[in-house]
Order: sequence, then C-alpha cells, then structure tokens
Amino acid sequence: MPRPSALLAVEHLTKHFALKGGLFGRTSALVQAVDDVSFTVERGETLGIVGESGCGKSTTARLLMHLIKPDRGSIAFEGQTVGAAEGLSHRQLHRQMQMVFQDSYASLNPRLPVAMSIAFGPLVHGLAKAHALARAMELLAAVGLDPALFANRYPHELSGGQRQRINVARALALEPRIVILDEAVSALDKSVEAQVLNLLADLKARFDLTYVFISHDLNVVRYISDRVMVMYLGKIVEIGPADRVYGDPQHPYTRALLSAMPSMDPRRRTRQAPLSGDPPNPIRPPSGCRFRTRCPLAEKVCETTPPALLALAPDGARRVACHVHVPGSGHTRAAARGAA
Amino acid sequence: MTQAHAPMAKEPVVSVENLHVRFLMREATVAAINGVSFDLEAGQVLGILGESGSGKSVTLRALMRLLPPARTRMEGRIRVAGHEITTMDEAALRQVRGAKVAMIFQEPMIALDPVFTIGVQIAETIVRHEGVSYRAANKRALELLEMVQIPSAARRLKAYPHEMSGGMRQRAMIALALSCRPSVLLADEPTTALDVTVQIQIILLLRQLQQELGMAVIFVTHDVGVAVEVADRIAVMYAGRFVEVGPTEKVIDAPGHPYTAALLTSTVLGSAFGRRLEVIPGMPPDLRALPEGCSFAPRCRHAEEHCRVRMPPESTLSPERMTRCLRVAAGEIDLPSPNLSDRNVTRP
Repeated sequence: MPRPSALLAVEHLTKHFALKGGLFGRTSALVQAVDDVSFTVERGETLGIVGESGCGKSTTARLLMHLIKPDRGSIAFEGQTVGAAEGLSHRQLHRQMQMVFQDSYASLNPRLPVAMSIAFGPLVHGLAKAHALARAMELLAAVGLDPALFANRYPHELSGGQRQRINVARALALEPRIVILDEAVSALDKSVEAQVLNLLADLKARFDLTYVFISHDLNVVRYISDRVMVMYLGKIVEIGPADRVYGDPQHPYTRALLSAMPSMDPRRRTRQAPLSGDPPNPIRPPSGCRFRTRCPLAEKVCETTPPALLALAPDGARRVACHVHVPGSGHTRAAARGAA
Repeated sequence: MTQAHAPMAKEPVVSVENLHVRFLMREATVAAINGVSFDLEAGQVLGILGESGSGKSVTLRALMRLLPPARTRMEGRIRVAGHEITTMDEAALRQVRGAKVAMIFQEPMIALDPVFTIGVQIAETIVRHEGVSYRAANKRALELLEMVQIPSAARRLKAYPHEMSGGMRQRAMIALALSCRPSVLLADEPTTALDVTVQIQIILLLRQLQQELGMAVIFVTHDVGVAVEVADRIAVMYAGRFVEVGPTEKVIDAPGHPYTAALLTSTVLGSAFGRRLEVIPGMPPDLRALPEGCSFAPRCRHAEEHCRVRMPPESTLSPERMTRCLRVAAGEIDLPSPNLSDRNVTRP
C-alpha cells in the first residue's frame, strides 16, 4: 500500500477508452487500457514497467503526466493530491515530473533550433529568455553535446541518439524530480542505446532524479531498475525488487515473459515457447484473472474471481496478483500451500 | 566469402560475389553495399547481424532485385537457385520471385493486401506460379495455414489481414511466402515488431519449417539473441561489408572482429546491473563518404596506422571463419570473450 513517504503515490488509476461506432457515434465498446492500478514511486529509485503491447504501460505514463484524463483514481506527489482543491495543480506537477518519448524526431519541433526547444519549457514557466538559453547551454553540455556545435542545429541535422539526448535535456530543463522515460531507448541501435543508458545513470546521480522507465526490453529494464512492475492487459500482475522479480518470478505471466527471451547461448536454444497465441484483445478481456486464457495453472477460480494484488507472505516488498499465492482462494495449489 | 578451403559437394543455393550497391541521390551517392561475397548451401540458415544502415536489408533486397532500378547501381554477381539474378529481365525475374526465393518482412500489414482475404492471396500466388486450378490452390492454402499453426485455419482463410492479431498476420505472411515451396527464404527482421512471447513462437515455427522443408534461410536481425536462436552461421555487417562470418557458436564465444566484440559487450544484458556499460565511441560512418581503410577503424580501440590505409581484405581465420580485421588475422590482438550466456538474466 502507498506509504506517506513515497515521492509519487498512485491509487486506483483507471482509464477505459470508448470505441465509437455506428451511425450516431455511440460507444460500442470500452478498451480497458488501465484498470484499477495502484503503486508508488520512491524517492531516488528507478521503477521499471514492463509488459507486452496493449498492457497499459504507456497509458499509465500518459495518465501520470495528465496527458490524458483518468476516469478514476488519484495521483499524489509528496503527499499532495494532484488536481485537488488544496493539492497540487497540473502545472505545478509538470515542474516536478517530465517525460521522454520513444520517437525522438516527432517529439521535437522541426522548426526550432534544439537550444530553443530545450529553453521553451522554462520560458513558458516565466524564466527570462537569456536565463532560459543559458540553462539550455548547460544542459546541452550535461547530455554530452558541445553547445557551440549543437545549439543552433535543427532536429533533422542530428542522429537518433543525439536527438534523444536533446529530449532528455529538454525534460531536465524545468529541474524536475521525476523523469518518465517511455520506451526512450527502444528506437536506438544497441551501441547507441548503451551510450544513452550510461548518460541516464550519470544524470540521475548528478541531478538527484527519480525515474519511471517503461520498456518492452526485459534486459534493459533489469539493467536500469531498482524495482520492476509487470503489467498484463491493464492490470499489475507482479511488482517488486528487480533482482527478486527476475531471479524468482512468482506470477505465471512473469515466468513466461522471462523464459520467452531469446537465449544468448547457441548450445541452449529455446525448445518450447512458454505461451501460445497472442495476448487477448483488451476490448473484451477474459473474466476473472485476465491471464487465465494463456495460463498453464488456470483453474475454475481464476475464471470467476479476479485476483487481488497482494503482498507475498515471506516477502513484503513483493506483491503478486495470483490465486496460487492466496491460501484458501480455492486454487488447488493454494490449498496445498495453506495446509503445508 | 569464397570458400576455396571448404570442399563443396554441390552448388550452393545462393552465391553472391563481390556485390556492390550504390544509390544515386540528388546530392550524393550512397555506398550501401561495398563488396559482399558469400555462399549458402541448401538447408542452411545464415543470420546477418548489424545495426541500422549497415546494409543488411539492402543485401536481402538485392538478392530479389527489389531495389528501385532508376536510382540503384548494382555490381557483382548473384546466383539464386541456379538463376543469374543480376542479368535477368523483369519477366524472368517474376518467375523466380515467390517460386524459388520468397521474402518475409517486419510488418505483415504492408506485405499483405488489405482488400483480399488471406485465402485469396495465397491461392492467387499458387495459381499464378504453378498454373493449377483455384480449387486445388484453395486446398493448398488451407494446408499452408495449418502448417504455420494458425488455429481454426478453415475460418481464417476467409479473414482479412486487419481481422488478425500481429502474430497471426506474421504466420499468414509466412504461409504466403512458402506457398510455392521456395528453396530460399529471405527474412527481414520478421520478429522485431512482435511481443517477446509471440516472437519466440515465430522463431520456433521458422526453425521447424526450415528443417522440415530443407530450405535455405537468410535471416536479417539487429538482435543478437534472435540471431543465436535461428542461425547456423552468423555474418556481422558494418558499413556495407561482412566484417566477420563464422559458425554461430564460434562468433559468439570468440568474436573475430573488434566490431563484433564491441557489439556483443555493448548489448545490454540484465545481469550487467549496476555496472557501467562498455560503449562503442562515435557513430557509424557516413555512407556518402566512407573513410579510407577499414571503416570501423575510427571507432576501434585496436586500430593502428596500417588499418587506415586500405580496406582490409577477407582473411581466413580458420576453416569456415572469415574476418576483415588485419590485426586479428595476424594474431596480434586477443578480443575479449563476452560470455553472453553468463550475463543473460536467469531464464526460469
């Protein structure tokens, strides 16, 4: 449960997108993109969010930034509820929390020199132009680009890795406490990706940052994260310290996800796919546990009752949403556990 | 690689000799492929590993002559399944494409026609190439969908591409590519856009089909893990050249080129947690103005003066292994063995 000390506390965050159809544009279906998601981000940590397409990881990021409005749920920054009367305004939140997107080109204005793009946020928030530009020069240097060479270039004159450095610099221009990185290195080549990841580690230490790092790349998330949150079809299925989640996954989906990673050893190639088929459509998620249609352990109870995300008994830092781990849930494996 | 040292019982199904591809742009000429040679035997899987702009996709497209003719200058010799691709006219090419050599792509939505059902597209291809009746072709289409393990195949024949999920579309595209039993399958990052649990299914399917049908496969990828899962041999590409070729185990265990070694150590693996990543300094060279000498030399920490004089020729390291590094070939440097299997996160 969210503790008061958390830098960011998210409770019951929910977003269902309406699909309009038919002659009168009536709502024909709801996409349950994020469904009742609660988690915290602690000061100074990197929280990794992993999951496959359609699991709601990017929607979660956009909800945190209030780029889309949640249907339900609350976000509190340092105990102050965002958007509440006596809480923090969204504008104030944006000074504390910034975001870097996957597409480094689309997220920059093609008609602005990159130094202006970086200075734009501080300008809007009331800093004098000379000061804002001076800060942009400092940040260019901080992300490893020589201001004398790069300040007046336009986005199309830079490589993908350089553009992503600009986006990181721009995100830091308002001196935020939290940076949300949504697939920020996914479009980069491996050798460039390593450069940007090293840069992110340097900046985190230098500016005392907290990261929310969203990616589909399990290796990168393991590398950068202190804690990892695994999502499936709009729900959190497992959350905990990265070494524990990767070393000893407790949710059947986490286990399948990790064993689906390609082998790096030619002598031990994968023999069998851990899951068959594609993830189901989030428009009509399965009843009960959303993973049950692909789960090797699914039983009757999984069909009827959605499992709650509960702390694992011997391991309070980890929470798992699976009936197998709840004694008395009605799952045969759980009963065996409860009796033992 | 000219395999004079490896005695060849039969003619290779793909043979490329000194391939050069240049694109003429308005303001410059881009040297995309700069001397690629290799042979591929029937039933073998060659993985081409490289970063964006290294020329791996251009190599595949050159094999089917899919590059825009007005802007492309091709030199060298390409033989595929006994056909001289480089000198063929368009009509003859159309007989070869799809029938002898087929290709699958990263994005099936672009490769498949959105206005026809999967069944029609497969049947049409079979009728076009083999001249059988639509009735016979439809029967084959059903068998093909079953072969690529699409559930309720009979119903799926009547589905349009947009009605299928990403993994199913990829399977449908594989079925379409295999419809005329090609002897060579070219795969251009076919699993890159897929989720990891679906990616492994498609990899296993391709591996199984390749073995059952005895096809030769050229599999292009930027992902070391994917290359390890599919390839018998790996060719590492940099700036339009194969810089190293060898059996997968050998290349992964003991890289024979500084670029391969650097690529393997800079690939982020989970258990590097908390450590600083080793990176390759700088950027890939500008293909409009390649440096004299070895194109990796400006980023290579082993480079010496003579590396910058001329492009190192292909040297034989051991039977079946080629490197384009002068210093590795001369036995002057030992490249670190990255030991990837230890550094991979635990696979439960």
